[in-house]
Parts: sequence; C-alpha cells; structure tokens
Amino acid sequence: MDLDELYQEVILDHYKRPRGVGLREPFEGESHQVNPTCGDEITLRVHVEGDTVADLSYENVGCSISKASASVLYELVNGANIDDALARLKEFTALMNSRGQGEADEETLEDAVAFTGVSKYPMRVKCALLGWMAFKDALVRAEAVPTPEGGAE
Amino acid sequence: MEAASKLDVESIRADFPILQRKIGDKTLAYLDSAATSQRPVQVTDAMRQFTDYSNANISRSVHTLASEATDAYEGARAKVASFIGAISPDEVVFTKNSTESINLITYAFQNAAVERGADPRFVLKPGDEVVVTEMEHHANLVPWQQLCLRTGATLRWIGITEEGRLDLDDLDEVVNERTKVVSFVHVANLLGTVNPTSQIVARAKAVGALVGLDSSQAVPHIPVDVAELGVDFMAFTGHKMLGPTGIGILWAKAELLDAMPPFLTGGSMIETVTMERTTFAKAPAKFEAGTPPVAEAVGLAAAVEYLEALGMENVRAHEKELAGYMLEKLEAVDGVTIIGPRVPIGRGATVSFELEGVHPHDVGQILDSEGVAVRVGHHCAKPTCIRFGVTATTRASGYVYTTTDEIDRMVSALDKVRKVFA
Repeated sequence: MDLDELYQEVILDHYKRPRGVGLREPFEGESHQVNPTCGDEITLRVHVEGDTVADLSYENVGCSISKASASVLYELVNGANIDDALARLKEFTALMNSRGQGEADEETLEDAVAFTGVSKYPMRVKCALLGWMAFKDALVRAEAVPTPEGGAE
Repeated sequence: MEAASKLDVESIRADFPILQRKIGDKTLAYLDSAATSQRPVQVTDAMRQFTDYSNANISRSVHTLASEATDAYEGARAKVASFIGAISPDEVVFTKNSTESINLITYAFQNAAVERGADPRFVLKPGDEVVVTEMEHHANLVPWQQLCLRTGATLRWIGITEEGRLDLDDLDEVVNERTKVVSFVHVANLLGTVNPTSQIVARAKAVGALVGLDSSQAVPHIPVDVAELGVDFMAFTGHKMLGPTGIGILWAKAELLDAMPPFLTGGSMIETVTMERTTFAKAPAKFEAGTPPVAEAVGLAAAVEYLEALGMENVRAHEKELAGYMLEKLEAVDGVTIIGPRVPIGRGATVSFELEGVHPHDVGQILDSEGVAVRVGHHCAKPTCIRFGVTATTRASGYVYTTTDEIDRMVSALDKVRKVFA
C-alpha cells in the first residue's frame, strides 16, 4: 500500500495549515454536513455577491483528508464565479468517484489534484467530499443555484 | 510469576486461515474482533457440510433432508441454550442480529400499547420510565428511545464516571417505582468496561421492572449464565463469537416470551390461519416468522462448540492478559489517551484511545498500511463519545487468537503515525 500517494505533502500541508477556516458574516447560505460513519462534521457558509462566491467560511472536525479537502475547496472557489465553482465541484466529484482511474487537470483543480490518490480508497472518498457536499448545499440554500430535484436536503 | 494463558494461541491460530492473510506485504494483525470476530475452519466446515449434504427448509416437509435440517436447527438452539445456562431451548429465539433481538423486545412493548388485553407489564404510557445507560451501543439505545417517543414514556439513563464505569450513585433515583424496564449493556463496545450487573438487576427487581442485557460483547468473551445473572432477557449475536453473520439471539424467560406479542408475523409463526384471524405458535416459533437462517444456526452451533472446548474461563483469563498488555503498551506511547478503564480489572481486551493531534481515520489508515486492522470512528456509541468529548476514537480489540506480538505491531505502527503527522 502506497501511503505517500494518499498522504501527499500538499494534503498534509493543507491539514496542518488550513486556509480560510472560521465562520464569517455575512452569508446567505449555511450547510451542516456529517459523515455518519466516522462522525466528521463541517459547517460551511457562502456569501454570494452577484455571480461570485464572495466568501466561503467554515468550521470542521475531521481527519486529515476531510480537513485538507475543505481547505483546498476554499482556495479553489473563494472569489470564483459561481459557474466556474460549480464546474470545479463537478470535476472534483468525478475525480473522487473514479476509483483511481481519473486524470486530474492541474489547470482547473490546482492543489485538489493531490487528492487523485484518495479515489483509490473507497472508505476515504466520503471524507474528501464532505466539504464539497456542504458547499453545494450552501449554494442551494443561498438560492444561488436552482434547487436540485428532490429538494435541498 | 503470573500463570500463563491457558489458551494455546498458536494452535488456535492454525484454525483461522484469514490470520495468514497478507495486507500488502504485511501479515494481517486483526485487532477488530469487537466489530466482528474471525471464523475458525470448524465453523466454515460445519456450514459447508450442512449446505452440501443436508440443506432443506425446516419444520415443513417429511423428507430426510427436511428432518436433518430441522434437527440441525433445533440442535443449534439447544446448544446455545445450554451455553448460556437457559433452562430450556424454547427460551432461545433466533433473530438476524442483536439489533433485531432488541427491536423484538421493544416492538413487543409497542404492539402491547395498541392491543386490547395485552400484558400490563408491556403497556407503556406517559409517566412510565425506561432506563438504559450512557454507554449503550446504538442498538440498545435507539429502539428504546423510539419506543419512548411513540408511547410518551420517558427515557432515563445511568451515567458514566470519568474512569469509564457506570455511575451507580443515583441508581435508586434513576430506577424507581415508575420504571417499567431496564435494559443495559453488559460489556461496553467502546470503553471495554465489564459492567457489574447485580446491583442494577436487584434494584430493577425491587421496583418491579423488567430487566435485560445487551450481551453482544459479553457472551463471546466471558462466562455468561442467565440464571446467575437473574435477568429477564438478553440479546447477543453470532458473528462476534466466532460464528457467521446473519444470526442473532434473544434469550428471554419462557413466561415472558409467552406474554409478549409477536414482532414479525407471517409463515412458521402461526398455529391456525383464516382469512380473518390468526392464532400464533408458542415461543420460540412465535418470534421466528419466515424461513430462518438455518446454515447460520449450524455455524453458530459449531462456534459455541469451539468456545466450549476452549473453556470460557480460559477465554476470559487470556483476554485479561491481553487487556493488561494493551493498556500498558498504549499508555507508554507519547500522546495516547485511553478512553475507558485504565486498569485490566472489570474490563475486556477492547481498548479505545486517542492519539493527540491525529484523527482516528488517519491512525486507522496508517495502521492498515502496516497490516494492523483496528476500528476507527464512533463505534455506534455516539453518546459515549460525547461524554468523553471526542468525535471518534481508535479501538483495538483482541480475542482468542490475538497475540501480544500483534499488539506490539500496533504500538510500533503508532510511531509511524506520529512521524507522518508530526
């Protein structure tokens, strides 16, 4: 088992020095997500100005993968155009669900490329996606994107 | 000098092919038996022999296979009954797992609440109280909690001390004349605590309440005798005691089973059926609707035989040594905090701990890379986690096949964890 592939330097760095952490005002949408298998939690807020994610703020408890992933999410979507942010969300989700077969585009995913190895560990994919699911839900709650089929929950 | 373990662990290990398994290039060190135990070839062989040679549905046809299958299934029931000191095999109900066993009891209460002429011991109403403990596995918490929400009864619980023991100081207040039923954990799955039962059972009896045990983590590890315990019901499961998944056990006093409304209804649990009405079979059949897990019962019987041959006193002694060793070694690791009793007295070889600054998921992942399998997470005991201010723990648990060498491997793997996350 190649642990270095999972615990890449860039992941450990985001874990030890998370970017953008803390809950801030103002915000229009807030989401609380829990991983029931391990008890990891995140509360994440989005502040939307026009078509831009003006601020993304969060508090979380969890493992290195889930905390680093939230930090990387912050770097990728904070200040981004909502459509671009959604495109990255889609790209990252697809990468995580690729069971190690996905190829990450460093142009768009930047540090999130380091999570490619995580997709080989099915037990950890949920950790990596926790913050991203909260982001998606917070955008819906902020009414920045249409409510998906079946509602926001 | 302490007496050596009476178990011949090396020859036991030879019965468990999975212990030869490699994880990557490392030999498996399986320290997750509290989640599920491994199975000896004797169990697998018995199930295979039954499947290859005698498989049939039970209690229906008159052909030879049906008769053999029925004998095998009922024989398993008798074996389990004698293993736990039940006075009759009819007091043993086979279920799917401990969770279903406990739901069978809570649904007896719930069904009694809406049935005319139900035994008043099972009829809950506002003002009545149900007592559990703060160290329950979700299986012995959520069913009672939901029952209370549906009937208006109040759920109360016995707390936990800082040392991870039940806090019995206010037992007489928590268990009182309003209490209808007390259901508590025998051996705690997260803390490893072996709870003293006599005081709680005596108090429950004194106030006229029914009293039962979740013995999922007890029956596999210590001698258990239902008559000696003096309880009314007890739940446990096959897969934690060297048996297969898919079979659990509810033991209850015959008189109680007779008074309880059935949980699941359908085939095999009836006496007569018309389009309008049904009368039910006597227990245990009354609680075993549909085709039961026959091959699993055969496997469970083989597991019980295996444990009986080892001797449950020897199993307990072996695990006491393991617990002492695990506690000593883990306490010596920088940054480790044990959650639960720190002395190998009144506890089993299941030890939860925190490693400062590292999430249990990460601990478990790195241990796995060294071939060491532990459980990480909240262990389906979230209230216990909350009590100790942690979201999750790493838990190592040993059994009859566990060696001190495997514990040493876990401890040295913890050094690697510390290096990666330093």
